[in-house]
Amino acid sequence: MQTDSLVEVKNLVKHFDISGGLLDQLTMENGRITRRHTIVQAVNNISFAIKKGETLSVVGESGCGKSTLARTVMGLYPPNSGEVHYGGERIDQLSSKQMLPFRTKMQMVFQDPYASLNPRMTVRQIVEEPIYFHNKGITRGDAKDRLHKVMRSVGMDPEWANNYPHEFSGGQRQRISIARALAVDPEFIVADEPIAALDVSIQAQVLNLLMDAQEERNLTYLFISHDLSVVEHISTRVAVMYLGCLCELAPAKELFSSPRHPYTQALLSAIPTVGGKRKKHIHLSGDVPTPINLPAGCVFNGRCPHANDRCRMEIPQSMKVGSEGLVVCHAVEEGRI
Amino acid sequence: MKTRSRLQRFKESYFLHDFLRDPVALTSFCILVVFLVLGFAAAFIAPFNPYDAMNINIMDAEIPPAWLPGGNPDFLFGTDGQGRDLFSTMLYGLRVSLIIGFGAVALQAFLGIFVGLIAGFMGKSVESILMRIADVQLSFSTYMVAIFISAIFQAAFGLAKYEEIAVPLLILIIGFAEWPQYARTVRASVLAEKKKEYVEAAKVIGLSKTRIMWRHVLPNTLSPVFVISTIQVANAIMSEAALSFVGLGMPVTQPSLGSLINVGFEYIFSGSWWITMFPGIVLVVLILVINLLGDWLRDFLNPKLYKG
Amino acid sequence: MQHLLEVKDLSVEFALRTGALRAVRNVSFTLNKGERLGLVGESGAGKSVTGFSIIKLISQPGYISGGSILFEGKDLAKMSSEGIRNIRGNRISMIFQDPMMTLNPVLTIGTQMTETVLAHMDVSYKEAEKIALEKLKKVYIPSPRKRLAQYPHEFSGGMRQRIVIAISLLTEPSLIIADEPTTALDVTIQAEIMDLLLELCQTDDMGLILITHDLAVVSEVTERIAVMYAGSIVETGLTSEVTMNPAHPYTKGLIAALPQSGGAGDRLTQIPGAMPSLINMPSGCPFHSRCTICTDICKVEVPQLEANKSGTLVACHHADK
Repeated sequence: MQTDSLVEVKNLVKHFDISGGLLDQLTMENGRITRRHTIVQAVNNISFAIKKGETLSVVGESGCGKSTLARTVMGLYPPNSGEVHYGGERIDQLSSKQMLPFRTKMQMVFQDPYASLNPRMTVRQIVEEPIYFHNKGITRGDAKDRLHKVMRSVGMDPEWANNYPHEFSGGQRQRISIARALAVDPEFIVADEPIAALDVSIQAQVLNLLMDAQEERNLTYLFISHDLSVVEHISTRVAVMYLGCLCELAPAKELFSSPRHPYTQALLSAIPTVGGKRKKHIHLSGDVPTPINLPAGCVFNGRCPHANDRCRMEIPQSMKVGSEGLVVCHAVEEGRI
Repeated sequence: MKTRSRLQRFKESYFLHDFLRDPVALTSFCILVVFLVLGFAAAFIAPFNPYDAMNINIMDAEIPPAWLPGGNPDFLFGTDGQGRDLFSTMLYGLRVSLIIGFGAVALQAFLGIFVGLIAGFMGKSVESILMRIADVQLSFSTYMVAIFISAIFQAAFGLAKYEEIAVPLLILIIGFAEWPQYARTVRASVLAEKKKEYVEAAKVIGLSKTRIMWRHVLPNTLSPVFVISTIQVANAIMSEAALSFVGLGMPVTQPSLGSLINVGFEYIFSGSWWITMFPGIVLVVLILVINLLGDWLRDFLNPKLYKG
Repeated sequence: MQHLLEVKDLSVEFALRTGALRAVRNVSFTLNKGERLGLVGESGAGKSVTGFSIIKLISQPGYISGGSILFEGKDLAKMSSEGIRNIRGNRISMIFQDPMMTLNPVLTIGTQMTETVLAHMDVSYKEAEKIALEKLKKVYIPSPRKRLAQYPHEFSGGMRQRIVIAISLLTEPSLIIADEPTTALDVTIQAEIMDLLLELCQTDDMGLILITHDLAVVSEVTERIAVMYAGSIVETGLTSEVTMNPAHPYTKGLIAALPQSGGAGDRLTQIPGAMPSLINMPSGCPFHSRCTICTDICKVEVPQLEANKSGTLVACHHADK
């Protein structure tokens, strides 16, 4: 294993069984009652490594499994198969007690600044909770110092600590959420669409805050987003997901200047730009299939302009391209595009 | 932005503002407070102690209210069939009714919140088992259970013993009969709350399930609990009154409002209407103000419900 | 030349228990036939309220407190609700962010479309169905005849928005108001819907008011743009001019805050603070507390829209005239 990777994900699979109770599972088929499970295949066989100090972004459209991936990495969902390693240690099978030392190293920032803070707790209680929990026997004074320090570092006045979340704006709440994550001095932060719910002028503030924190604390980010221009701006490397599968993984510059996977190409062509010349959008035919019944072969074959019979039969394997890029596509492999 | 104390927060809150602007809620609240004071301070306010046989003179029986011909100024609302001062008896009866009402609701809430929280948070088979138990409990009518238990109790231990433990027994019966209401309400809001990101954030911190359940989820599920609590208090007082009316609630020696109405009913055709009438009015007003307060609280906490 | 739509000094207030909240303050703009205008602003800027009030879709406690809305020569602000109904959904159509605002979940697409046609036009049921079919083809719904018999839940988000657009086209309106039509959709679908709207406006010479928070979308689709902040228009002009050479400090800040403006990894230019609440509006220029070039006059006097040398109207005391 390379020594420079902090987090490593190997062949990760996460499926959800949404079939409900026993009675909901029973269906009539050819005159016989059979029990049927409805499975959402949210994450399928994904592998990647995150290097220390970098920002790896995962992009994809809604329902592609990027949030599930983030939560599985964080240990919020147990994976169905595959492994998650942190600093060389396997963490996906640990009990919640064994997981505790990792909880101070890995933290998460959530999308919805309204739902991610407990409305019945003051900012002080929200931010101090992890401090007290992970530093048993810490004095009140020390905890208060840490609270003040972390609040100042996210640009919040410690004077406001006794207020409730609903008294703050969306941007300020997201700062509180970041303060809570930073309170335990983590090394690795998973940010799940941290700016998607914010206004443009506030987005810039929060993005700057995240980048500053990374610089000061030498943080490693797993950044989940659907906004490609944000991803281009802050990422070291970018992974593109479609229907629970990885399409392409490449350094940000490389990916945005020369996308290889046909889905990445379509995605990039769809980003609107301010002031620039109107680009020709690549139109994908059809709709995104549901992750309940994945198509055979390559998951993208139904909408891909380059799909042939092999794409409809055989699941493509990832192959190395460029300096450190990966792409999962038959057409690229065969040199058709 | 400034930091404010709890009291200041409350003073500036919509809760207080809305409340003060609503005459119905405000009046109901005042009447309820008067009833609570009257009931719990009965021992100090009441001119007679109706539990003390020394005070009672059978010769004073069925005296009409003070303002009617034949009334005695000592007995403001007249006396009942045993010669007890109706005003004093009503105050003590109000106290019994309120104790049973609040006690039963406290028991319901305790059981229901506990079961609902665990069922909603744990999910899977724990949830199925607990909620099926709740369904079974709900399928028995309160009255049926109460009649059954108190009848058995009276037969097994005799009336004297029954009189001693009537209050806790009624609290137990009514409390047990209605806890599924709470369990269902709490479970529903736990299911909604536990999907929210702050619960995930607590998991990411590493907090234990129990701590997340009690510290994070529970406080956010309590608003609907407050609403049903008001209605449940009214229901519990009514259940007690109904049981007493059919003779299975409070004994005549320690009458509640319900048993007073029951006792008075025997005299209504002999012209002593006041023995039933006054406790009846008190009961109706009490239930009404509690329900009106509950309505206001529900509208306040759930503004999406359109006020017709 | 007469404008298709001329909004003059439009003000919209909401009667709250704490007093009147002025959500839209003296907003004026015009739209010519077949022209596409973008109304841009952050949440709470009043852009949606402006859009809704054009067809009087604001309900209690909101009301139009002043100004006029001239549409094809008639003042909608003074029109009876009867008269408005003849224009709304007929001459002016509206597309919402959530397609389910328009679609009835228990009726088939076909029923909803033919009913709309029959309500506004004197045609037979057969003809109405033909019109519905034709419009579905126009928004590129595959196998439209089969789709007519389906219910809204059988469609994906992007398809539903296409159907809403098809419904809005049924009466051949001269103006479409689209309120964040693609905010709930994915980028690839957003691009398709925007291309479609653009194409329809060009082929049918329809006016479009596109209400959105996304400057990039507006800059790709519209010809003119109006930037709103705290209830007023702070800058309006040709889209290319405003996006390339913004004159108002707020517009400048907004564009500079976009990640694509800076080099990768650089700090973004950020606008400090947040939009003032409409209940507690500061005196003078609404933007002054966040503005980097604010002077004393900005704190006292409300700036008016004035043309600068490139023809853009700017409401700022310090913009180059």
